[in-house]
Amino acid sequence: MTATTHPPLLSEAGQTVERHWRELAGRRRLYTIGGLAFMLLAMGGSLWFANDSNAGKFFDRLPYLFDFIGQLIPRDGWEIWRALFDLPSPYDDGSLKYNYPDGRVYFTETLYLPEYFYKMLETINIALVSTLVGFGLGFVLCFLAASNLTTRRWLRFFVRRFMEVLRAFPEIVIAGFFLAVLTLGAVPAIIAVSIHTIGALGKMFFEVVENADMKAEEGLRAAGANWVERVWFAIVPQVMPNFLSYALLRLEINVRASTIIGAVGGGGIGEALRLSISRTHEAKTLAIVLLLFCTIVAVDQFSAWLRTRIVGKQAFEFGRGA
Amino acid sequence: MTEAEANALVARHAVVFNRPLIERLRGLLILAGVCLYLVFAWWLFAVGQVLAGGNWEIAGSYLADWVSYEVRPNIKYGEGTLEISYPRFSPLGDDPKPDWVVTQTAMVDRKLGAGGGVTQGAGATSDAGFLGSLEVAPAPKEQDSFLGSMDGPAPSGPSAADPVPDAQSGTVREEAVVTAEVSYGGETHIRIEPGLVTVTHGGETLVLDIDRREAVTARGPLPEWASQRQPGAKVIARFGFAGRAEIEDDEVKVRRRFLGWENFVFDTRSPFWGKPASEVLGLIVSGERIDPARSNLALAWDNILNNSEWQHGDVWLKLLQTIVMAFAGTVLASLLAFPLAFAAARNIMPNRLVNHVLKRFFDFLRSVDMLIWALFFTRAFGPGPLAGVSAIFFTDTGTFGKLYSEALENIDDKQREGVRSVGASPSAVQRYGVVPQVLPVFLSQSLYFWESNTRSATIIGAVGAGGIGLKLWEAMRTNQDWENVAYMVILILLVVFVFDNISTLLRQRLIGTPRRA
Repeated sequence: MTATTHPPLLSEAGQTVERHWRELAGRRRLYTIGGLAFMLLAMGGSLWFANDSNAGKFFDRLPYLFDFIGQLIPRDGWEIWRALFDLPSPYDDGSLKYNYPDGRVYFTETLYLPEYFYKMLETINIALVSTLVGFGLGFVLCFLAASNLTTRRWLRFFVRRFMEVLRAFPEIVIAGFFLAVLTLGAVPAIIAVSIHTIGALGKMFFEVVENADMKAEEGLRAAGANWVERVWFAIVPQVMPNFLSYALLRLEINVRASTIIGAVGGGGIGEALRLSISRTHEAKTLAIVLLLFCTIVAVDQFSAWLRTRIVGKQAFEFGRGA
Repeated sequence: MTEAEANALVARHAVVFNRPLIERLRGLLILAGVCLYLVFAWWLFAVGQVLAGGNWEIAGSYLADWVSYEVRPNIKYGEGTLEISYPRFSPLGDDPKPDWVVTQTAMVDRKLGAGGGVTQGAGATSDAGFLGSLEVAPAPKEQDSFLGSMDGPAPSGPSAADPVPDAQSGTVREEAVVTAEVSYGGETHIRIEPGLVTVTHGGETLVLDIDRREAVTARGPLPEWASQRQPGAKVIARFGFAGRAEIEDDEVKVRRRFLGWENFVFDTRSPFWGKPASEVLGLIVSGERIDPARSNLALAWDNILNNSEWQHGDVWLKLLQTIVMAFAGTVLASLLAFPLAFAAARNIMPNRLVNHVLKRFFDFLRSVDMLIWALFFTRAFGPGPLAGVSAIFFTDTGTFGKLYSEALENIDDKQREGVRSVGASPSAVQRYGVVPQVLPVFLSQSLYFWESNTRSATIIGAVGAGGIGLKLWEAMRTNQDWENVAYMVILILLVVFVFDNISTLLRQRLIGTPRRA
């Protein structure tokens, strides 16, 4: 086959097609360029605005960023180790910076849990309790929101909107409110994270329920089972693996969320981190970051492993409804 | 079904009907374990104790504050007279004369020395009034004497009946309030006379004798809605949502609650304050210039933005910061993660080492939480949206890198082979064989995270990363501005709702398959 130098001759219909195609391609290019220009403008404006309304300007502060990183380097590497396990420091001068053993939580005379491990456990427990509470209540609510199980429109509508409000309401406000009413500590964090979890899990759960196979339910209906029996024996066994998988995903998210809530007064490791960063206790900060990093990786790995055991290698959508 | 058939069925499916004990009890055991754990957590966090120690009465009033406001006049007993004072930033303006407080005035003779007597005891209990009584003339009728003496050293008494001092006898003759009746709406009202307070609520009437600066005594038993810690101490009457009153031995603290957000558009300093909407509109459209330097529209807009109670301008600016944080952070993260994901995907970058290092790098960015990044950059850049942008950028570069590279590893290889078979260069293979497949997925992921980051940006704002989160947190810390919290929450919910819809819409157009909401 020889290559022709001039374009192939097209019939009249072919030329119309060609013209249309060129028009379409031209319009598409126009949209693409327009979209890119718009994005560029929006980004430029956003970055300018962010920089302008920030307390420190980006280029002024950039050298300090490296200073700050420098400040994070402890006097010797073992300090991190000592801060992590609450071992006495050779630099101890009575200040808060080196008082690692003060935070020990003693079980017996000699057996103790290092402070940050204790705080980390507290944060994990906050996440775990919230996930369990959210799972329980989301479980109860989701069947009422599923269109294949609840035929009353108003009830479904009400439950769905209720869960939406729970989900969208900023956690920080719930935490702040309960911090004002109760004392500082874990309970407001649990309440805030639980409320959000109910909404988030409830939404995922009812979507799972709506995709369930209804044949088992029909069989039970034919045998005269009531609503609760139908849900319990026909739907729950089908959806439980997916429910558990979503709950595990939520647990990962909740560990992070309870750390953040902790930083604003909810106790646990988040608070310790905020304090140590603001007081420039470099060894403590690094110890906490290390601990937090390992914990989050461990929780993620554990949850991924458990999920694969429960639902197999099913694809899951990462971070949905976060 | 006969018994034989049933038995045959059981025999055929022994696995179903005779499951091992452990398997049968597994559900129950897990449930018991969870219950045990919850009991343990209850003990660990001392939940019962914390809940019991909570200040639930305050919780009620905080919640009511979300949608209502209180007006708090204090009515002080004098020598046969009453003194009504409002706090400095009363929502009713500087010189309030609300129609729910009805006063009767009379001309009263008062010894000049009496003023000195008032000062002694009053300073200990009340902020309002005692400064006024330091003036030479006793505070006349309905003057917010605290305000008057704060505004300037010059005597700023109201235009009403200036006291006429009588030098010979040492007395002044002036017009003063002798009774006040505060209505709480409906059948509830309090009538205050010097030495006697009558409270009517729910068809019951409580008469209290006031022994000034000594004791409060009720005639007859207290109704259910009133309480007194010990005989002679102050009586607190609660009227539910309408408010409450504290009847003390030297004053009555009235707390009257109204539904709504007070002075939402104009604050009390604005010339447009308290005018009906039609009049304000008229002024803006065709009125005389109130401030000769600028038009009424500019003045009104300025007054709205700088409303001292609601701070609209500041709130909107902070909200914009939050939106910008989420937007810029997400876009920057997508831009950086896009090329990195190609290098991290096993099927595109054959170098295992690079794959591995990049994937661990993504894990690192993702697992060092957004909170840590936020705290870190707040220290580095100072509080503000720049810290928030950086925190979202770092976390999401990790998240997107992971998601994008996973999407790349799951692509259909046929298209790449097709492009490669016609002799395309490696970059053209990626451009025409890979990108068209994954771009919609990438964009959809980014859009999804854009929307979810709007929520996260609110939260990390509270630790110092700027935006509405910080403002929200400050408003909550004061424990008084819950109505501002409600306002900001509504704005946040609106923004999240709008972005949620935009993102869902765009994702549907990109992916093609409509998602069920």
